[in-house]
Amino acid sequence: MSATPSLYANVHDGRFELLASGSWTAVHAGELEAAIGRAAGEAARAGDVSIDMRGVAAFDTYGAWLLERLIRKRSGDGQQTGVVGLREEFQGLLQDVHAINRNEAPEAKRHGLISALGEFERGLTEVGRGFLPFLDMLGAIGLAATRVIRRPRTFRFTSMVHQLDRVGWQATPIVLLITFLIGCIIAQQGFFHFRRFGAENYVVDMVGILILREIGVLLVTIMVAGRSGSSYTAELGSMKMREEIDALRTMGVDPVEVLILPRVLALIIAVPILTFLGSMAALYGGGLVAWLYEGMSPQIFVARLHEAITVTHFKVGIIKAPFMALVIGVVACAEGLQVKGSAESLGLQTTTSVVKSIFFVIVLDGLFAIFFASIGM
Amino acid sequence: MASREPVIQVRDLVVGFGETTVIDHLSLDVYRGEILGLVGGSGAGKSVLMRTIIGLLPKREGTIEVLGVDQDKASEAELRAMERRWGILFQQGALFSSLTALQNVQFPMREYLHISEELMDEVANAKLEMVGLTRADGAKLPAELSGGMTKRVGLARALALDPEIVFLDEPTSGLDPIAAAEFDALIRTLQRTLGLTVFMVTHDLESLYLVCDRVAALADGKVVAEGPVTSMALSDHPWVRSYFGGERGKGLAQIAQAHAEIRG
Repeated sequence: MSATPSLYANVHDGRFELLASGSWTAVHAGELEAAIGRAAGEAARAGDVSIDMRGVAAFDTYGAWLLERLIRKRSGDGQQTGVVGLREEFQGLLQDVHAINRNEAPEAKRHGLISALGEFERGLTEVGRGFLPFLDMLGAIGLAATRVIRRPRTFRFTSMVHQLDRVGWQATPIVLLITFLIGCIIAQQGFFHFRRFGAENYVVDMVGILILREIGVLLVTIMVAGRSGSSYTAELGSMKMREEIDALRTMGVDPVEVLILPRVLALIIAVPILTFLGSMAALYGGGLVAWLYEGMSPQIFVARLHEAITVTHFKVGIIKAPFMALVIGVVACAEGLQVKGSAESLGLQTTTSVVKSIFFVIVLDGLFAIFFASIGM
Repeated sequence: MASREPVIQVRDLVVGFGETTVIDHLSLDVYRGEILGLVGGSGAGKSVLMRTIIGLLPKREGTIEVLGVDQDKASEAELRAMERRWGILFQQGALFSSLTALQNVQFPMREYLHISEELMDEVANAKLEMVGLTRADGAKLPAELSGGMTKRVGLARALALDPEIVFLDEPTSGLDPIAAAEFDALIRTLQRTLGLTVFMVTHDLESLYLVCDRVAALADGKVVAEGPVTSMALSDHPWVRSYFGGERGKGLAQIAQAHAEIRG
């Protein structure tokens, strides 16, 4: 049954005929479509024709539909088409296909300037609307927190400790390593460029202030957003997909209280600690580079550091940490609950979660910079 | 069945996981143009047998020949060619969640056929219509479909390449009785029009009585009874007797009889 399908024009007793042969099946659908296209051109000039299907050895939905399509197109042009010699067992299929695809296709989307503008406007509103889930989540967390404060027994302490282990303890090695390396790089670049002005001594000031005020907290929060925020989103998202969150709700348990509050609290506790550890690792890296690369002994480095920085710098960095943790937690959890049924949407929300939380962390850092400058810290 | 040409031949099949042997020297034939219902208690290995036949699970011993192709001896290309000649409806539909219903149906076409986009749309829509869905349903994502609709789309996808054999894994499970009856009728109609061979794993007595031409009962890793559903209640095997000889079985046997008389 591998015969190539064909449809030839033939004049028989002064009557125009189309002779069909071969396998009219899915495998040959491409060739058949072309053959029918060619024959249809010739037949269009001939007026009413009959199609002789005696030579057709195999026939399936594809063949039936292509035949039906030819007949329909011709009858649209006011020409009659007769089908003769189709085998008994194939007749039912042709009849079935005859009833199919009768409804007009829904109107395709129109393109143009107006619709492009409409698209743009919709895009803007979407961006605006994108903030609502975060506000919603912040409110829900606030409510859940007040409920828990009134009835502390309902707080899921075990869950929070578990999360603390995941986002705090297990994150520590990688946070220490990355911040240490960044500390080294900043110090090395500082010495390399400041040397030209003979300002090597001020590298210690730069390293100390930069790390304690900005770099420590920013690096840690960006890493936490990528590492823990994404996993929060994926976890809650797949729970949403499998209707676990709906199941919790129907049992009278608030998912925000059970799932989200412990996660967000764990972040708020872990991020300041990680920030402190990260800053220390970065300073250590800076000191090491100063010693090995510049020959500045550790005693001198520590003494310079002591002059350059005050507790205020440290405070500025550490105060920001819990707020940024809250932002990451809110964004990650809100995005997780936005997941729809498909695997694709889970991936999309996880990406969005990381991108948005890093964006918000940096914006928040900017706002804090303005705030601290205006209160003179 | 006029021609008793076997399209699936299973001989001395052994399948197991670790210590346990699920299928123990099982032999089974499925003939062209019939609807075979495979029954068995939970955990009897119905799905395991089906998944072994379609090549998703490895076997320990025995041969499986589908459409004249022995899976052990066939080349990669022969296997691929054979896979286009069967369609599979998984228990949960297994629709690709990121594609719309229509795109799901088009997926095998896009992989295997070289046909115009227009023809692909038309045929896919025709398939959806054949399983009782509308064009509007075609644009929906699997998450937006009900259980019954998911099965229908799964069936349309299984039928996308006009296969010769269709494997159905519990096609009516999780459907309400009305939807299940509709689905049974649909399978019957499609089987007649398209001349399909259907291999159906099922628990549904109604499907067995009203749809299947032949039933094979699986117990203790073997086919313990095989034949028309009406002969099942007379089987020697206690499990088969209690399955088909219960009150529900008797009632359905009468209904099936009445149906057969009406069809005359």
